[in-house]
Parts: sequence; structure tokens; C-alpha cells
Amino acid sequence: MKAEDILVSIRNLSVSFATEAGQVRAVNDVSFDIRKGRTLALVGESGCGKSVTALSILRLIPRPPGRITAGQIMFGKADLLDVAENRMRAIRGNHIAMIFQEPMTSLNPVYTVGDQIVEVIRLHQNKKGQAGWDHAVEMLRMVGIADPAQRVREYAHQMSGGMRQRVMIAMALSCWPELLIADEPTTALDVTIQAQILELLRKLQQQKNMAVLLITHDLGVVAENADEVVVMYASRVVEKASVEAIFDEPLHPYTQGLLRSLPRLGRHAERLDAIGGSVPDPLHFPTGCKFHPRCPVGTDDKRCRTNEPELREVRPGRYAACWLAPGYETQSEHRSYE
Amino acid sequence: MPVPHLGEMLPKKSMDNTDKYLIEVADLKTHFAVRKGMLRRVAGWVKAVDGVSFRIGRGKTLGLVGESGCGKTTVGRTILRLISATAGQVTFDGSDVFRLPGSAMRRMRRDMQLVFQDPYGSLNPRMTVDNIVGEALTVHEGVRGRKRRDRVVSLLEKVGLAAHHAGRYPHEFSGGQRQRIGIARALALGPKFIVCDEPVSALDVSIQSQIINLLQDLQDELGLTYLFIAHDLAVVEHISDHVAVMYLGRIVEYTDRDELYANPLHPYTRALMSAIPRPEPQRRHERIVLHGEVPSPSNPPSGCPFHPRCPIAQERCSREVQHLEQKGQGKEHLVACWKATGGQGAHCADAHDVV
Repeated sequence: MKAEDILVSIRNLSVSFATEAGQVRAVNDVSFDIRKGRTLALVGESGCGKSVTALSILRLIPRPPGRITAGQIMFGKADLLDVAENRMRAIRGNHIAMIFQEPMTSLNPVYTVGDQIVEVIRLHQNKKGQAGWDHAVEMLRMVGIADPAQRVREYAHQMSGGMRQRVMIAMALSCWPELLIADEPTTALDVTIQAQILELLRKLQQQKNMAVLLITHDLGVVAENADEVVVMYASRVVEKASVEAIFDEPLHPYTQGLLRSLPRLGRHAERLDAIGGSVPDPLHFPTGCKFHPRCPVGTDDKRCRTNEPELREVRPGRYAACWLAPGYETQSEHRSYE
Repeated sequence: MPVPHLGEMLPKKSMDNTDKYLIEVADLKTHFAVRKGMLRRVAGWVKAVDGVSFRIGRGKTLGLVGESGCGKTTVGRTILRLISATAGQVTFDGSDVFRLPGSAMRRMRRDMQLVFQDPYGSLNPRMTVDNIVGEALTVHEGVRGRKRRDRVVSLLEKVGLAAHHAGRYPHEFSGGQRQRIGIARALALGPKFIVCDEPVSALDVSIQSQIINLLQDLQDELGLTYLFIAHDLAVVEHISDHVAVMYLGRIVEYTDRDELYANPLHPYTRALMSAIPRPEPQRRHERIVLHGEVPSPSNPPSGCPFHPRCPIAQERCSREVQHLEQKGQGKEHLVACWKATGGQGAHCADAHDVV
């Protein structure tokens, strides 16, 4: 991977939250790169740390209780964890924007959607008055809202879920950021609306050569939209590869289990191949590999129970954190992947 | 004009229907009044369910699929008489559910239960698992104390929990475990029929498959009949024997699951199936992207409710409603569309036109 292709480079990110019951390590030693114009999918189940990782990029972790305890997030030459707050404000919404899962709660109910889009434009592009409004109307037209000049004066509650998500996209893209973070952008929507929104995102991404960090638990959405995939489990990255490689031949037993457990259209199985047990409580993570109590292959191996495997490049372009992954042992040293 | 329903169109099996089918729903309608103004005058009606008919064989599963607002949840609740019906008839195990007097209905409730979507909102946070699962045993059977505890423990074990969970509160459990508690509660009185309303959509992927397997095991073991309401076609395909697709208060297609997935005929079903993202990056399949959104059931379009979004709509579709009709010669396959033909291949040509 060439250095000039990389837009954002996350290295050894760790984030903790202080709770009454103790420190929770929500993100643990996470590293990956987001390439220019590409889509990277961050996959995992609830509580695995995928949203916290994304919020860290924008430095939106509420502090307290949250704290970024280690790591670097390089955006160009700047470490986003290190830049001054006023500089960060110039980056948010302008260079890196975010859309959220819940389009109802992420829009302000007492302002028109136009007010909210214009605010972003005024802040970052110095377009005031009518110019800002014209830009807002143009954005709404671009995301496929019919009658944008009318809609721009409406409130979020006057719109359907799919339309609100289009407004969120219009707002996030109004300054044409280099990176769009999309946190479960279609989870709250119906499948026919999901298809519309994903198609819209793909089209706009190609037009503007924008990178997308797509956070989702839906492996179907991943397969159809991502170029690269990072799988997280219990605060760590357990596997990383191109989308074809992950679906063709998953190397980590967790990824294998996830793919096997999916019911698939047109392929009948009598029983689904479920992963046993449940996601561990972050206050009481198991020792060794955090997946070992649920792992179908590693339960007898002493290393799995006592030593946590780090993420290693087990073959070119493929990373896994599993003692039993083919090729893992021979890569005795951690090779960073630049 | 009376809406013809499944029961009329299918060959009558004279008298053994009650033996074969546990539940028969005929032309069910549930309309909600929209009230406005100081006098709360009825300003309009939301026709959440508008003429739905189906029947479910004993020990079988009917999947009811559709997008939010199509009325699938209302169907489930109306059948259980949790919402009162506007019109129609539900026959459960030979008796007319809507005509049963209070005491007989209470007895019947033991046979029909509900599992909810949200395992967080559907368990009382102030009650222990013992009370949540055991409450119905006391109310309906007067079982108390040690005896009740034993029954609760055996129910918990049946759903994959353990005796020591009985004294705990819902917040101490994960989403998947809570859904198991909800299932144990539904099983407490030994029901014959369970309405599963989106039972896995709030759960993580790895937990979904556990719960689906559990529901199937329980069905095999106890001979349960399910109405499985969901929006996820892949899950529905996996668990169902027959599938009904709903759009705006009506069933638009009904057949057995193999036929539906091999040969979907209604343009809405085809669009819905093609919209599902599939976990196969190499095979990007063709997609029918529907334009527009589901219309409001308080102001439905004229004619076929799907016609404003339909890629193959004709002028006739905006004027007349097509009711469910058998298509093709083979299996029972009912479709509410003028243009859908039973012939193999005909619908495929259409699909290519619209992509």
C-alpha cells in the first residue's frame, strides 16, 4: 500500500471509559488505514468498540468518562489526537464528516433542515445569506429529495425516516469532506429504502472520490459496499483483509462463525450454525484470546486461554489475531503493514 | 364488493379443516380512527389491516413479511385480540375467537402467546425472572411456591438458561438471554400457537442464529404453530413453511417458501428480495431499486396500493384493486397483481426491463 493513497492512519488506538464498576477498555490497540476514495467497513457486534473507534477519529468521545489512553490518528501530517481544539473544529464537518444511525435524534427538531445545513456551510465555506440557502437546496436536490426548495423549510418530524437520512447525508456532504464516517447509516431503515440510500452513497462517493468508513453489523451491506474489512471483537481487531478475501476464506474463527451463522436466501439449511455463548462483559474480559470461551477450534489450546494473540500479517495483505490461523506462528514478530 | 379471501378460493376440504389448520383468519380488517378537534370527531381512518386472510397448519410456521407500517404487527395482535378487529373472523382450534365471552377467552389465551421484538422493553425490570415466567402459572393455574419454582426452572432449562437465573432481574442478562426469558414466559402455559413478532431483529448476528435454532427446536419438541412476523426475508425463508408478503395492509403474495424464493411473482416481492444485501462480494446481483416510499395507510393510493412505486404498473392498476389469485398450475401460489403470470420466465423478462 502506497503512503500517498492513505488518508487516515490509525495506530495503536486505545480508549477507556471510567464506570462505577471500574475502567472499561472499549478499544484496545486498534490499527488500520483508510485509503483515499475507498470504503473500509468496520464490522462487529454491539459493544465491540466500532463506534468508539469512529468517534475517536473526530475526537467526540465524551470526556469524562471516556479517555483516549494511547495511539495516533494521522490525517495528512497532523495527529488528530494532538491538534488544538479550534483546528479540530475546522476539520469536523469540513474534512471529516459523520452520519449516524438514528436520523430522528441526530437532527434538531426545533430548526428547519435548511437551518441545519446552512449552519455547516456558513461555518466552513463562508457562504452567507442567500448563497448558503442556495447551496443547501442544491445539496437536497443532489441527495434525491423531491421539491428541495420546499423541503428546505421543513422540520425533521415532517419527513420520513429515509428522507431524514438523506438530509443527514446532505448535511454531512455539504462541504465535500475527504472522509465520511457512516455509523450504521441504514440500520433503522427498511430494506427498500436501505437500497436507495446505499446506492446514493456509492454514487456520491464516486463523484467526489470520497473515502467512507462504514460501520455496520450487516455482512450483506459489507459485501456489497466495502473494499476492505476490519473485524472487531471485544475491543480488538481480530481480522483485516480485502472484502473478497474475508468472504472467500475468513481466517479468524470469529469471522468464520459469523459468516456461517447467517441464514442465506435460497440456501436452505436445517439448522443454523450458531456461535455459542455471548459477547463477553467488558468489565470481565476472559484471559488470553477474548474469543476463546466461544471458539470452536481453540478451546483446548493452552495459548488461547493464557496469551492474547496480537494482530499479525499471516500472508500478504491478510491480518489475523489467532494462534491457530494458518501462517500465524511463522510470523513471530509483529510486522506493521505499511 | 366483498373481498374474496383465501378460505374461499382454496378447495374446501369439507370438515377436516379444524384438524389440519390450527388457525384460520378470514378477511381480517383493523382500522384505527384518526380523531381531530375539540370534540375528537373521527376525521379519517388508518386502515392498518385491510382484508387479510390466511391459515396455518398445525405445527407449521407462517412467515409474515413486510416493511414498517405494512400492518404485520397489527395482524399478530388482532388475532390474539390484543387489538379489537374492525371486521373479519379468526377461527382458532375450531372456535371463533372474536365471539368468545370473557371467561372462555381467558382460557383460550393459554393456548396463544406472544414473543416480542424488544427484549429490553418487554420484561418488567422490577420483577425477578421467577415472577416474570411464573406469573401466568399463578394467574391461570393457581400454582404457587415450591411447585411453581420447579415449573419455572424446567422452563428455563428448556430455553437454555439455568436454575440459578430464576432469582435475577432482567438487567442482569444480555439481549439474547432476555429473549430466552421472553420465550420461557410464552411457553409457561403450554400454548399451541405463538406469534413471534420480530423476535430476533434486535439481537446481534451471532445471537440471532441461537434464538432461531431454539425456536425451531421448541417447535419440533412441543409441536408448536408459529406466526413469524419479520422484515428480514433471509430469516423468514429459513424458519417458515409458508410465507405471506404484506404491503400497506394487504397480503400481496402467498405461497410456500420454496416456491416464493424460487419464483416470486409480485413486483413488490421481487423488489424486496432484490433489495437485500447479500454476503457474497463476488456475485453482485441485479437490483430493482424502488422509487419513493411506502404511502401512508391513512391516505392509500387508489387501485393497487403498490402502483405508485411499481416498475411495471399499467393504467388499469391505478383504478382497480386486484385481489389474490392463484397463478400457474402447480403449487398454491396466490398473487395480487394483474401482470404477474404463472408462466416460468415471463416475470424474469420484466425484471430485466426495470433494473
